[in-house]
Amino acid sequence: MEPAAPAPQRPDPRQPPLRPPAHQVSPRALRWWQLRALVTLPVLVTPQVVVLTLVGSDDAGWLWGSIVGTVLVVGSYAALVPALRYRIHRWEITHEAVYTLSGWLVREWRIAPISRVQTVDTERGPLQQLLKLADLTVTTASARGPVKIVGLDEHQATELARTLTETTQATPGDAT
Amino acid sequence: MSTPDAPTAAPIEVATPWRRLDPRMLVIGPANALVRLLPVIVILLVTGQGDVTRVWIAAGFGVLVVLGSMLTWRTTRYRITPDRVELHSGWLSRQRRSVPRDRIRTVDLTAKLLHRVFGLSVVQVSAGAGAAAEHSGLSLDAVSKPEAERLRRELLDRSPSAVDAPVLPPVQELARLRWSWLRLAPLTFSSLAGIAALAGTAFNLVDDLGIDPREIGPIDDAGERFSSTPIWLGVLLILAVLLVIAVIGSLLLFAERWYGYRLTREVGADGSSVLRVKRGLLTRRSLSVAEQRLRGAEVSEPLLLRAGGGAQCRALSTGLSSKDAQSGALQPQVPRPEAHRVAAAALRADPSEITLAALRRHPRAALLRRMTRALVPSAVVVLVAFWLGWWIPDLSWLGPTALLLLPPAALLAWDRYRNLGHQLTARHLVTRQGSLVRRTVALQQHGVIGWTLRQSVFQRRAGLVTLEAVTAAGHGGYVVLDMAAGDAVALADATTPNLLP
Repeated sequence: MEPAAPAPQRPDPRQPPLRPPAHQVSPRALRWWQLRALVTLPVLVTPQVVVLTLVGSDDAGWLWGSIVGTVLVVGSYAALVPALRYRIHRWEITHEAVYTLSGWLVREWRIAPISRVQTVDTERGPLQQLLKLADLTVTTASARGPVKIVGLDEHQATELARTLTETTQATPGDAT
Repeated sequence: MSTPDAPTAAPIEVATPWRRLDPRMLVIGPANALVRLLPVIVILLVTGQGDVTRVWIAAGFGVLVVLGSMLTWRTTRYRITPDRVELHSGWLSRQRRSVPRDRIRTVDLTAKLLHRVFGLSVVQVSAGAGAAAEHSGLSLDAVSKPEAERLRRELLDRSPSAVDAPVLPPVQELARLRWSWLRLAPLTFSSLAGIAALAGTAFNLVDDLGIDPREIGPIDDAGERFSSTPIWLGVLLILAVLLVIAVIGSLLLFAERWYGYRLTREVGADGSSVLRVKRGLLTRRSLSVAEQRLRGAEVSEPLLLRAGGGAQCRALSTGLSSKDAQSGALQPQVPRPEAHRVAAAALRADPSEITLAALRRHPRAALLRRMTRALVPSAVVVLVAFWLGWWIPDLSWLGPTALLLLPPAALLAWDRYRNLGHQLTARHLVTRQGSLVRRTVALQQHGVIGWTLRQSVFQRRAGLVTLEAVTAAGHGGYVVLDMAAGDAVALADATTPNLLP
């Protein structure tokens, strides 16, 4: 898979002619995605090891195979995908719109006009708190509309939420 | 009994008095509850053979029910202040619901049979579910019909002056029921629901009366004769009977739902107008959609109905949830031209500007994608079937039979591609897709509140993009499937200028 190039280059007609959003997420998000992948490793491997010790390695040799397989798959995911995500995930907040690009198998560009923003939330999971990261969710009146920027620096997220809230409160109407 | 506007501890705003539900609920509430309790009471009385305690228990139940509904009535209060609708209810656990008036999207009046006998109506107020606070609305069960009518107008019209005006707003009729539409009724999947409903009712009735069908002579005879006929004939017979029941069920259902159907536009004193659908035989329903909440229309054609030349138009309005299949339906199943005519009348646009617009086709790559998506899973099924037949000789017919899957899958894919289309007209974004249910959506351009572009790995290779117009109405987003990447951005940019980066 080719990397999403942040700098404008020769336009590929198969790609939507949209310029990528200006900012990358926090570099610590890379660590966060890796940690998240590695946390799933013991969750997947422990039951297999337990079964292996209960049954005895002579009767269930195939379990060794599946354990090695799990480690390989999760390991290569942790090695490749977070870096890919970090290159792809970008965001930008202009005077008109909140604009994000995310996803690695399915690319997703989301655009929400500032004038239609209803609520702005920040959220921090346990791993994110450890790494001082936060997610910013911008919601519009639509059930399908939330625009989420994951893996922002927590101070930056708080600051963005504050300014966005101020802007939206200044907008009259219920933004539908 | 106190009068409706007795001072019942309304502390904050003295200006707006609290109101009670209609006192006739004191009759309907217990009546409804008693009907539900009737089997228990009957059993108590019948099995008791004049046992006095049982009579007392039955009477006790009755008194409790009556007291309960009196309590409900006593403790339920509502009021409409200049900016909110408030409903307080409950005795042990008090509930307070409050809906800001500027969030009210639709006002629904429903009158079940018993309510109609007493001239009452349930008022269902639904508000736009804001992301933060999920109060979707409240319901007043029930108020008198004139009061319901007054509330409906007051809540949808935002000018309080219009409320007290005794003159009814001018009403313009957009459509009314034609019984010839009945021929399209069996072509919907709700006819299946019709069978279930009929069978359920019949079974309940038989069961309630304590009759075992096997004890009825003719049925027993039929059963015996049935068991001696060959299987294929039996299956055919059952299918035929089911079909007849389905047709009858769907006709009855259509009549119950759409009897007295009228679609009107009412223009209020302040110039705001409301689309109103009135319908129903036993249960009268009235759905009102404020026109300023209307964001577009959808003409949907399920495969069977499409084959029969029918369609149905729905309103896309903020506040109408998409969960209920009937929600926002502006009409029953009707001939296709009628559906487009109603869509045009509702949106005040020419049909060729909305759902009948000449649509732009999608690139050939989209056909390839539809084909792979339909054929690859069927091919997997065929391979598995052949593999099974190869392993288990008794199942050797499985593989060749599975081949029959492929032509319908290919046809489906081709039809799905053929139906793809989009167009940007003067005021609307029109998109069409689907085969089993073909949907043509005309969305007002100013109703688009955002965009999502998606491109999977496969789409990237084919240069396709799925564009979703995000809106506050209906499903919340309407997709234009598999457009050329450049066209998608151009379409979004033309719909909402200056938004795209």
